[in-house]
Amino acid sequence: MRGFTSLSAQAVSLLQDNIDTDQLLPKQFLNAIDRIGFGQHLFHDWRYLDDKEAVLNPDFVLNKPEHQGAEILLSGANFGCGSSREHAPWALADYGFKVIIAESFADIFYANCVNNQMLLITLPAEQIKKLSDIIATKPDSLFHIDLERELLTVAAIGIGFSIEPLVKQNLLLGLDRIGLTLTVQDAISAYEKRIPRFMRGE
Amino acid sequence: MAKTLYDKLWDAHLVTEIDGDGLLYIDRHLAHEVTSPQAFAGLRQHGRRVRCPEKTIATMDHSISTRSFDIDACGPQNALQLKTLVKNCNDNNIMLFPVGDSRQGIVHVMGPEQGLIWPGMTVVCGDSHTATHGALGTLAFGIGTSDVEHVFATQTLRQSKAKNLRVELSGRLAAGVSAKDIILAVIAKLTSAGATGYVIEYAGDTLQHLSMAARMTICNMSIEAGAKAGMMAPDQVTFDYLRDKPFAPKGDAWQQALDYWQTLYSDADAHFDKTIRIDVAALAPQVTWGTNPGQVMAIDGAVPDPASFSDAKQRAAASNALHYVGLKQGMRAGDIAISHVFIGSCTNSRIEDLREAAAIAVKGRVASTVKAIVVPGSMAVKKQAEAEGLHQIFLNAGFEWRLPGCSMCLGMNDDTLQPHDRCASTSNRNFEGRQGRGSFTHLVSPATAAASALTGTLCDVRTL
Ligand code: SF4
Repeated sequence: MRGFTSLSAQAVSLLQDNIDTDQLLPKQFLNAIDRIGFGQHLFHDWRYLDDKEAVLNPDFVLNKPEHQGAEILLSGANFGCGSSREHAPWALADYGFKVIIAESFADIFYANCVNNQMLLITLPAEQIKKLSDIIATKPDSLFHIDLERELLTVAAIGIGFSIEPLVKQNLLLGLDRIGLTLTVQDAISAYEKRIPRFMRGE
Repeated sequence: MAKTLYDKLWDAHLVTEIDGDGLLYIDRHLAHEVTSPQAFAGLRQHGRRVRCPEKTIATMDHSISTRSFDIDACGPQNALQLKTLVKNCNDNNIMLFPVGDSRQGIVHVMGPEQGLIWPGMTVVCGDSHTATHGALGTLAFGIGTSDVEHVFATQTLRQSKAKNLRVELSGRLAAGVSAKDIILAVIAKLTSAGATGYVIEYAGDTLQHLSMAARMTICNMSIEAGAKAGMMAPDQVTFDYLRDKPFAPKGDAWQQALDYWQTLYSDADAHFDKTIRIDVAALAPQVTWGTNPGQVMAIDGAVPDPASFSDAKQRAAASNALHYVGLKQGMRAGDIAISHVFIGSCTNSRIEDLREAAAIAVKGRVASTVKAIVVPGSMAVKKQAEAEGLHQIFLNAGFEWRLPGCSMCLGMNDDTLQPHDRCASTSNRNFEGRQGRGSFTHLVSPATAAASALTGTLCDVRTL
């Protein structure tokens, strides 16, 4: 896997609380058996006026010409709440988002994004508002995100963010988490020997 | 040091630490067709095998038909997903309860009823309502597909420890009020993200009067308050429930297990980071009015005025929600007409739920303006309900009686709503478009759903 160190990209703002996984990727796209191609269906209900995805909703922010190519998404509190479907982060990533900045994230969604090498940044509402205003005035403003220094800069302002050391390391190195756990297989085997017989559940 | 139930389960499953993360051993892994195919594919790509196939049990529930046992009934893409599950389970020696099997059911209904879930276990599933199993005194939580793959390959998960939140429930429920109303009231109080970062332990004298089904209804919706998991200390009700279940421990093992299970409770002086209290005796039936599960009113109440929220964000959320669901502030719940009723889902499709609904259904007929379906949670529930004649009560009253599955809870099959349909639903999410694009969902208890089917409006079951 590749790691994530820094990014310079346009951002788009969708300031709303409680954006849930049904909104990110509705159920009719959950019957796939692979991980590819979900980006087309991201925000399906808001992005398209029809079920066949032939008619774009011109009012939806992601459809505005000035926001094409954005790789950073700004949102409100409790982003990604709802189901555990990893299809939601797959859709965001496939669409092209690499970083999501929000006031807070739902737990399972956060873990899923970490597993997909996406950077989630938590910032207070006022700062998100400030960033959103920058986009409103100048949609092509370039956001620079430096993960190593935990610093976001745009239009002459700099905002520090903080990220859990483990998540940071995971992103920077693009680690294979399963491979990492498999290096402690002996500890797992030792644990299994300690499980009392009556709790083995076999 | 005094420990909470969560602390005890955490400590008992800690294999080791990796860079400060706890590596937790997973005792039971439940799988279904939607969140597993990419995990199996990942294993294949890396040449990895399933470490403990016997600790994973799979079922079909999300993308199946509720009208036919035919695996092809919901189109080629759903069929491919279901057939992929069959192949993956065969290739990896995993026990699967396919459509039509007497043990098949919604993953969170099937697991406990087959006796696969024991107090003291860690339980995971690629499904956010895994917290259901916490009702049996387990640490149970939902995971994404990458973590499903992690569990397959290692039988462990890397976790950071959550905080402890205690929800203390006191008093006995009044007639017509049920566990669903309790959990809706809890979510309203916590708000839809209020428990993010916490594991909830439900406690208090109310619990001793609640069946396992009722307890599962409560733990099930912990995620709707943002919690990592919800759990309850096991007691005699738990042990009696589990005793003769097919996969429960037997003989000596049962006795030894019981001795251990009786140690699973929060110590009297254990520390909780947060506590909330709810007097359930004073509770009326609850119903959601908005597009998140924290937007709740009493059935004899009215849609709130967004201006009444002191918090600016809640105010905005309320007015957005009202705009979407097409309701006006001040409308009485009882004046809101519905077009559909769905009784089912992992929240409310157990035999006890169906009995509560049938006890109301027997009093009348489904209103001509309403289409109502009852979807039992599992084949075992279906069989029991039919043995008791509940299906006949439903059919006589004009409800449809369907085959087990997730059905209209999320509508991955053909059980979906059309734009502007309005549904009184016993499921757990009222997000925009959850049951079908442009449709509206009001979350309610089985009794309220049944009563609403009869009157054609959201209905206070206590007035019937
Ligand atoms: S019934 Fe609904 S919430 Fe429960 S597992 Fe199925 S889709 Fe998920």
